[in-house]
Amino acid sequence: MNRRDFNQLIGMGTAGILMPALPAFSRSVEPEALLEPGVDVAMKKRLADAAMNAAKSKGATYTDVRIGRYLNQFVLTRENKVQGIINTESYGVGVRVIANGCWGFASVSDARDESVVAKAAEKAVTIAKANARLLTEPVQLAPQKGFGEVSWKAPITKNAFEVPVKEKVDLLLSANAAAMKNGANFVNNVLFMVNEQKYFASTDGTYADQDIHRIGPSFTVTAVDPQNGRFATRNSLSAPMGMGYEYLQVNPSDKLSGVTTRYNKGYDMLEDITSAAKQAKEKLSAKSVEAGKYDLVLDPSHLWLTIHESVGHPLELDRVLGYEANYAGTSFATLDKWQAKNFNYGSKEVNLVADKTQVGSLGAVGWDDEGVKTKKWDLVKDGILVNYQAIRDQVHIIGEKESQGCCYADNWSSVQFQRMANVSLEAGKTPLSVQNMIKDVKKGIYIIGDGSFSIDQQRYNFQFGGQLFYEIKDGQIAGMLKDVAYQANTREFWNSCVAVCDQSDYRLGGAFNDGKGQPAQSSAVSHGSSTTRFNGVNVINTARKI
Amino acid sequence: MAILTREEAKKIIDKVLAYSKADETSVSLSGNRTGNIRYARNSVSTSGESDNIALAVTAVYGKKSGTATINEFDDASLEKTVRRAEEIAQLAPENPEYMPMLGPQTYLETKTYAESTAKINPEFRAQAAFDSIDPCRQKNLTAAGYMEDTTGFSSIGNSKGLFGYNRSTGVDFSITVRTADGLGSGYANPDVNDVTKLNTKATTQIAMQKAMASASARALEPGKYTVILEPTASVELLQNMMRSIDARSADEGRSFLSKKGGGTRLGEKLFDERVTIITDPQNPELPLAPFSGGGGGGGRGGGGGDSLGLPQEKRTWIENGVVKNMYYSRYWAEKKGVKPIPFASGFIMMGGTQSLADLIKSTDKGILVTRFWYIRAVDPQTQLYTGLTRDGTFYIENGQIKFPVKNFRFNESPVIMLNNVEALGKPVRAGGNLIPPMKIRDFTFTSLSDAV
Repeated sequence: MNRRDFNQLIGMGTAGILMPALPAFSRSVEPEALLEPGVDVAMKKRLADAAMNAAKSKGATYTDVRIGRYLNQFVLTRENKVQGIINTESYGVGVRVIANGCWGFASVSDARDESVVAKAAEKAVTIAKANARLLTEPVQLAPQKGFGEVSWKAPITKNAFEVPVKEKVDLLLSANAAAMKNGANFVNNVLFMVNEQKYFASTDGTYADQDIHRIGPSFTVTAVDPQNGRFATRNSLSAPMGMGYEYLQVNPSDKLSGVTTRYNKGYDMLEDITSAAKQAKEKLSAKSVEAGKYDLVLDPSHLWLTIHESVGHPLELDRVLGYEANYAGTSFATLDKWQAKNFNYGSKEVNLVADKTQVGSLGAVGWDDEGVKTKKWDLVKDGILVNYQAIRDQVHIIGEKESQGCCYADNWSSVQFQRMANVSLEAGKTPLSVQNMIKDVKKGIYIIGDGSFSIDQQRYNFQFGGQLFYEIKDGQIAGMLKDVAYQANTREFWNSCVAVCDQSDYRLGGAFNDGKGQPAQSSAVSHGSSTTRFNGVNVINTARKI
Repeated sequence: MAILTREEAKKIIDKVLAYSKADETSVSLSGNRTGNIRYARNSVSTSGESDNIALAVTAVYGKKSGTATINEFDDASLEKTVRRAEEIAQLAPENPEYMPMLGPQTYLETKTYAESTAKINPEFRAQAAFDSIDPCRQKNLTAAGYMEDTTGFSSIGNSKGLFGYNRSTGVDFSITVRTADGLGSGYANPDVNDVTKLNTKATTQIAMQKAMASASARALEPGKYTVILEPTASVELLQNMMRSIDARSADEGRSFLSKKGGGTRLGEKLFDERVTIITDPQNPELPLAPFSGGGGGGGRGGGGGDSLGLPQEKRTWIENGVVKNMYYSRYWAEKKGVKPIPFASGFIMMGGTQSLADLIKSTDKGILVTRFWYIRAVDPQTQLYTGLTRDGTFYIENGQIKFPVKNFRFNESPVIMLNNVEALGKPVRAGGNLIPPMKIRDFTFTSLSDAV
């Protein structure tokens, strides 16, 4: 099911909330089933060994096995109604092999029997051998040491599935009531929770058992002006996080005050939805922006998406090499630019890192989906392009001896491939607050929250909207603007970066539904930054008459 | 196992209904078999096959409903699933918008299934990929492509006597060809139910021509241009607009079809009088599923929620520029005292008899757009979208293609676009719709992109 079908199913086709896709082969279950333990680790090892032995006997030179149990819960509400509570479970086994120098993959659902996974392994070898006939160069897999039997668990303090559904419904409905009380005409409010229980085994000798948790609250508040036939929306300033239910526990130290409150690792839904209702109404009569060049001050709740599209994607090595040419596209950041060692991707203020270990991020795991221990590495250092994101069958191309550990499959039934790590802008090294950053701006716009986004297939030209736009005049916030979008070229934009706030302002944003590959797979990824200033960016006015 | 016949499906659904104790029970049983092959850099990268079948039981007590699913069909499993749905329903919060299930319906016969597609196997896919890669290798061009075939069935039934069954097939093939220097790129994406109508070699040749012809593009100033949009370019904009013609959103004041002072713009002329858009499940070129919802392979009926099981009929949405119909869920239709109209997909936009070449010939100055990419909503109030041209954009002068141009970013609304119609050609299939090539004046390009 893709996101659009799901939106239709729940009657939210036009509500504008981005819903994650349900994993393949999901079945609907009762909430209690989400707390059941699933197949035990000794059994998983037996299944994995059966698959690896079967593949080897058919001629595979490498095999990895992923045994996955994917649990989701959605709580869907609008105004004072519960539209649905959906609990799903998907369990199965995917086997990937190299035979005759070529990859082969096969998967099987509900596998609890050694002979069934062995058969899937044999099918993977058959497919590898069939495709080897069309192969131009054999797979070169970077060596990887085995880690033995290991485990990793997301450092959560409250498993969201242990919280009764009623408590979640009560939270959402009370938030909706607060929005309606403060002037909203409509509210759509959704809570999405994920638990990925993944077991990985490979012929390198790793057996990794991992438990991953994610949570994503998101709402859209709508205000309508029927006399003028206008409406305006304000989405939540929450971020999807690699956390448990503790993300929804209000903690004053996680709040940043300012023109509107922004949140770090604890989200106050009631407070944010109250502001959203007032701000949606305020948007209806806000001043329409005058097109032109502005200095932009971008909040992390906005900048994460610009980082995702203009840094995360172009620095994926499979895109650089052409593997995504027919779908997501290629990249302007070609190998010659990296080899030159002087390609200024951004100004000296710009330090971008990839990190699969960041606590609380959506992409954090202990081992990736091909048994590589996760790590953190530089992509852009002091403005210069220094590296890409690559996996085991690619790293030889960029002269690395081992994979960077960013291989991922969205389900046991999908084949793993290179996916984006958490890619983040490092905080400024000298102390700088948002207030002091704004103080220096003569003609600017302060943008909070993510909105419309579009970028070309090589990641040069982009356009972004937002949730809240405030005009800055001579160092002061002068009021709310509407109809704002900015257009820029990736390299010019990052070279116009003049200042980054310090670590005290650093926060994560992110998405559950980064799409890539054919058939399309969805991946969850976070992007951190502090508030950042970019000078002289082209802003357009998006108002039209129809 | 994945593709059940009408009789096999009905037998299972009847058995499930016999186990039910709830006020109302509905069953949805669907399955599909899908296979794919993907290639890039002139070499196969991945391929796979999967079978999936699932049965969902929805039990209802009053206005409380619960759904449970299963993919095993022995008696004990079926009964257990019914009981589980009933338990979930008992514990569910009440849905004040719940609508009682539909009684028996009459559905049209539609030709969504092609045996040739259902027979596709891994060897067929490998050959299709080879036929696409080989000509590119020979011309020193680089192919990246994907083919996915799906055979599916969808059946629905409920305790009020409703039953529906449909099977369908679909093939999706797309190919991007790039020149060795990376300066030219071409794309083709034919759309068929019957694989005998697909020729991957001929399709690849179209993409090869576009790749070679688009190399060394020149930059034109962004601004308003007369454009000729190939159906592959315009389809997503049209589809996005047609997905937004929901009556409830309009009545609530949050749609481009909301009327000043309240109500909807149903019956108003919003587009050029040559614009007529219909759906027709029995159209031989674009057959569609005969009922709403239910899941399953290609040829989807669209919709879900309380519209499950509503018949899909021939329907006019826009006629001579006037909005004639909007979607009404059963809940909203009852509230407004009108007939429910299920969500639809598979639109037919009427056109003329001219070919794409005829449209180019009749153009003094303009831009030929073969594809748009990364289209995202900017303002739902005006249906303003942004996106970029991709894989072959060309300057036309005095009825001839003069040279390739660099890609543009656009900011445009399909509502404005369909008011600026200069000419419409003969409709062809694109992305599950029948769309004419269009000549549009004053199309707004707002910046240039260096992307190829």
